Amino acid sequence: MLQVAVSVRRSGFALDADFAAPTPGVIALFGRSGSGKTTLVNIISGLLAPDSGSVRLGEDILTDTQAGIAVPVERRRIGYVFQDPRLFPHLSVSANLHYGRRRARAATTLIDFDEVLALLALEPLLARRPHQLSGGERQRVALGRALLAQPRLLLLDEPLASVDVARREEVLPYLEALRDRLAIPMVYVSHQFEEVLQLATHMVLLEAGKVLAQGSVNALSLRPELQGIVGPDLVGAVLDGSVTRVDAVSGSAELAVGSGTLQVSLRDAAVGDRVRLQVLARDVILAVQPVQGLSVRNALPGTVAAVSTDDFGALVTMNVGGATVLARITAGALQALRLRPGDAAWTLFKAVSTRGHTFRLPRAQPAAVPPAPEPGRGP
Amino acid sequence: MTSVGPAELEALRLSLAVAARSVAFSLPLAVLVAWLLTRARFPGRTLFDAFVHLPLVLPPVAVGYVLLVVFGARGALGGWLRNHFGIELAFTTAGAALATAVMTFPLMVRAMRLSLENIDRGLEDAARTLGAGPLDRFASITLPLMLPGILAGAVTAFAAGLGEFGAVITFTSNIPGVTRTLPLALYTAMQSPGGDALALRLALLSFGLGLSGLLAAELLVRRVRRRLGR
Repeated sequence: MLQVAVSVRRSGFALDADFAAPTPGVIALFGRSGSGKTTLVNIISGLLAPDSGSVRLGEDILTDTQAGIAVPVERRRIGYVFQDPRLFPHLSVSANLHYGRRRARAATTLIDFDEVLALLALEPLLARRPHQLSGGERQRVALGRALLAQPRLLLLDEPLASVDVARREEVLPYLEALRDRLAIPMVYVSHQFEEVLQLATHMVLLEAGKVLAQGSVNALSLRPELQGIVGPDLVGAVLDGSVTRVDAVSGSAELAVGSGTLQVSLRDAAVGDRVRLQVLARDVILAVQPVQGLSVRNALPGTVAAVSTDDFGALVTMNVGGATVLARITAGALQALRLRPGDAAWTLFKAVSTRGHTFRLPRAQPAAVPPAPEPGRGP
Repeated sequence: MTSVGPAELEALRLSLAVAARSVAFSLPLAVLVAWLLTRARFPGRTLFDAFVHLPLVLPPVAVGYVLLVVFGARGALGGWLRNHFGIELAFTTAGAALATAVMTFPLMVRAMRLSLENIDRGLEDAARTLGAGPLDRFASITLPLMLPGILAGAVTAFAAGLGEFGAVITFTSNIPGVTRTLPLALYTAMQSPGGDALALRLALLSFGLGLSGLLAAELLVRRVRRRLGR
């Protein structure tokens, strides 16, 4: 468990953040630029001292201003991958990697040199100097260097920000591999929702230095506050399920989510794979009576859980077979269908519309990730 | 013009010895002072900064005079050094090196400060998160990264030290074979009847030395920078 309750005041900026997240797992700090994400990870790392508050990791108190505790950065054993790679320019890649490993204070080795080389494909880079690497390579070396210091928590502050868009695919799969194979908890800072969907298990939503909401990615995907940050087009329920049937020919698969099944567009999947799916609200159609003769592959009976209206029309929350799906409809459609909470309705979305919105999850859920607590109520 | 004679060689040898000793003596101190002025916050920092740079603006003769008062045989520190360590500074080669060190100290500190200010503090933060304590960080990150500045400072101070005149002649006088360095020998030659040819040779020698010193500094710094990938 990572527990953070801190406040910082600077001229023109105030941070008052309070969150608790389960470990291991990937905790995403998500919010717009300037919402206090980097300040927060700097506080967790110890590079920045909060004006007041505390930081705890498991049983250990890292910072507690009231008790006068501030464990020095170099003794925290918290890895930090910065936005810019910050490789030491006077050292080779190999010496950069060994820098933290030599100084590791861990009693046991969590990850050894060869493992890091294999995981991040660093072998061919060892003899080079940092200025001879591409942006993506630099960030991979920075990642390896942080891991070899045997951290008990890894902070990643927008590690893809300094990598150009085309090269992101050079780093993202490695981050996924890290999450799936190592038990090191991670805090991942991002303002890219897709990165969060791809990596995170838990999410803390930040806005203007305050925690708007926190919980599992699935639960938070349903929160209306998210729309203010990602915009109306990226809003949609996030569902985690496992593949029950694969049709390699058509590139489609069947996903067990909750107590129902969904038809999705998915290639290179195998039965038993765990998959995360975002059903974009704007791709969902609602019907008040069963419809026939349509090509749509998902038509799920359910009930209306909530209806909210905003500048873009109406956002309808649907309960369908143990899962929750959001539907974005126009104000006119809402009026025509007269949808109210408790009403029965059909939720329709095309299998094809899920293409590009599926993400691979670790096959076995990382151990000891309890269901996310409701925001506001402490775990 | 005749070939280089023993007088020139003697002056050249002395100049090199004095400059080398002055650099060796002041280098570690200059690193410390550069670090203090760039990174440390303490009361009186501005005054300290001004004090370090004072030799740049003071008449060298005034610096030599102050050294004489402090380190002379009857000076507060001079007497103590002689009684406890048997170190004589006034009118000795060591004294010439001290006077040169004081005069070239600001040059050295300036070069080091420049390179220290160019070091990305983020690298030191990264070293911290990797488990490096303060001294460790200084030795493994800060010092190697300020190496271009240290080299530039050392070579510039050495080249300038070859020609230090006012402070040296005031503090240690003009003793052949002891403190008569190149500029002092040049001055002496100019004062002596028939010394014109010798003066010209000494002047040319100084000119060549200064130029090669500055060129060496530039080349050295370029090489180190390339190794650092900048």
